[in-house]
Order: sequence, then structure tokens, then C-alpha cells
Amino acid sequence: MQIQLNGKNRNIPDHSNAQDLVELLELTGKRLAIEVNREIVPRTIYAQHRLYEGDQIEIVHAIGGG
Amino acid sequence: MSENANLRDDSFVVAGTTYHSRLLVGSGKYKDLDETRQATEASGAEIITVAIRRTNIGQKPGEPNLLDVVPPSQYTILPNTAGCYTAEDAVRTCRLARELLDGHKLVKLEVLGDEKTLYPDVTATLEAADILVKEGFDVMVYTSDDPILAKRLEDIGCCAVMPLAAPIGSGLGIQNKYNLRTIIENASVPILVDAGVGTASDAAIAMELGCDGVLMNTAIAGAQNPVLMASAMKKAIEAGREAFLAGRIPRKRYASASSPLDGTFF
Repeated sequence: MQIQLNGKNRNIPDHSNAQDLVELLELTGKRLAIEVNREIVPRTIYAQHRLYEGDQIEIVHAIGGG
Repeated sequence: MSENANLRDDSFVVAGTTYHSRLLVGSGKYKDLDETRQATEASGAEIITVAIRRTNIGQKPGEPNLLDVVPPSQYTILPNTAGCYTAEDAVRTCRLARELLDGHKLVKLEVLGDEKTLYPDVTATLEAADILVKEGFDVMVYTSDDPILAKRLEDIGCCAVMPLAAPIGSGLGIQNKYNLRTIIENASVPILVDAGVGTASDAAIAMELGCDGVLMNTAIAGAQNPVLMASAMKKAIEAGREAFLAGRIPRKRYASASSPLDGTFF
């Protein structure tokens, strides 16, 4: 299925959840935050948060800034 | 208590946490993470700002991360809302930061109004501050040097108010001494100068005015030698603070001899 990840279209396996996506992207264990359709998905429930076709997903982290 | 002991005890409190360093630094614009780490250490800062941005998808696993060189266990991480031009984007950024930092409530709110000046959009800043305070955030807020607005942001419940000294990244120094003085006099929360410092003397001037601290990024990261400038800024902040506490002499138009006039033999 197709999702929009950080502003770009991307195909991921059907029935994926947020945890699957993190693993697919090799981001496991990284300090990040995920928003799906503008709602924050707490990291404690990644595995329970099912993703759907067309979901708009943002994965963010901390970088240098003033 | 000796005067030295007084100075050692000199600290300020933001959102219930006591800080001894009155220099707050940003982590942007460094050439690499090693320089970020070295300059941050040299600054002696305890509060470090970070930006929240999209993760680079496809980044090599194991690539170093900012929070590895400025670890939250060692520093107070202050996520900012830099780049936000609406209250909505700023609030969204703070919510993501809170999740990212395990429920950490301290944020630096800035809502910008214009790309050329990076001046704050003060109405949007008020709106965002109100929402964030109600959601339980501890809001340190970047604002213009307007004393009325600074008081309004304090009344909303912001835990620190951070007026600019000059536009962000401009290095123009303290352009608004009298406004800053007024803001400081009126305040019952910490007032930190945020933005506009160019060199060490600017930081000292801000502290001599009675600010609780100074937040800077470009003045250090953009210097020819950022690590040395970080060290200079640390000293300038301390010197300016000591001078403020010591109480400067009044300005006089004409001279006043330093050596006694009695006992001259000529």
C-alpha cells in the first residue's frame, strides 16, 4: 500500500503497523517521534498502531538549531 | 558569607530547575557534531536548544545523532519551534518534541512573522503560548523587545520571556537597552536575551543590564573559531553578571581623580 512518508510517496507492505515501519526504515532504537495524519503516535503503542493506505506520516528527530 | 561564595550561589530558576550557567546555546550551524560538542562544552551552558525536523529516511544506521553529543542526561534540551510561521505549526512541533524527549515539557516557542527580519509574529506567539501553557508545557518564549507584550506573555504563564537584542543571526548586538531594562524591571520570571548577540562584549552588556541570561547560537557557531568564542562568551556572561551584581559607578561628564590630592610634594 502507498503511504506518504515525510512528504514523499512510499510503498510499504499491507497491514503494517508503526513498529513495522520503524523496523523497515532501520530506525529501531533511534530517538524519534511519529505523527500519523497529524496525530502523535506514542512510541509505547507503535506495534498496536495499524497503518492504512494514504496515511500521512511524519517521522522527526532533533537536529542542531538555535 | 564571602562575596565569592555569593557568586558561586548565584543561580536562576526556570520551570523549577536551578541553573548556574547563564549562557544558553543553540546547536545549529556547526560544521560537524564534534565541533558542536566541543563548543557546547567550552560554553559551560546547561541548556541547549535543538530543532525538530524530518528524519533523513535512508540514513545509514549508526550515523551519529545530535543527542549523542549533547545527551539529555547531561544537558537540559530545549526544543525550539524555529521555522514556524503559524501558531498551529509551533504547537504541533512542541507536541512532537515532547514525544521525542519522553514527556519533557520545556520548549522554546518562537513564531516568526517575516523571513527577512525573522521578527516574531507577536499575535501568533500569544496564541501559541496560551495553547501550550494550557497543555502543560513550560514555555520559554522568544519575543520582540516590547515591554507590554513581555508582560502579557508572563501573565499567560510563560516560564521565561526572551526578548531579542537584534534580529536573529544579525550579530548587531544590544540595540534596545532601555526596552530591555524596562522588561527586566517589570518581570517576575527570568528574562533572557535571545538573538542578536555578535561578540563577547554584547553578551556582557546584556548581563550588565540585569538579564537573567543570554541565549545565542550564530555568534558562537559562526565565529572563525567557534570553540574559542564559546569560551569567550562564557567569560563575558560571567563578567557581565558580576558587574551587574557589583553595581557600576554612575556616568559623569567630567573627570574625577583616582589618586588623592592631599600629600602632593610638587
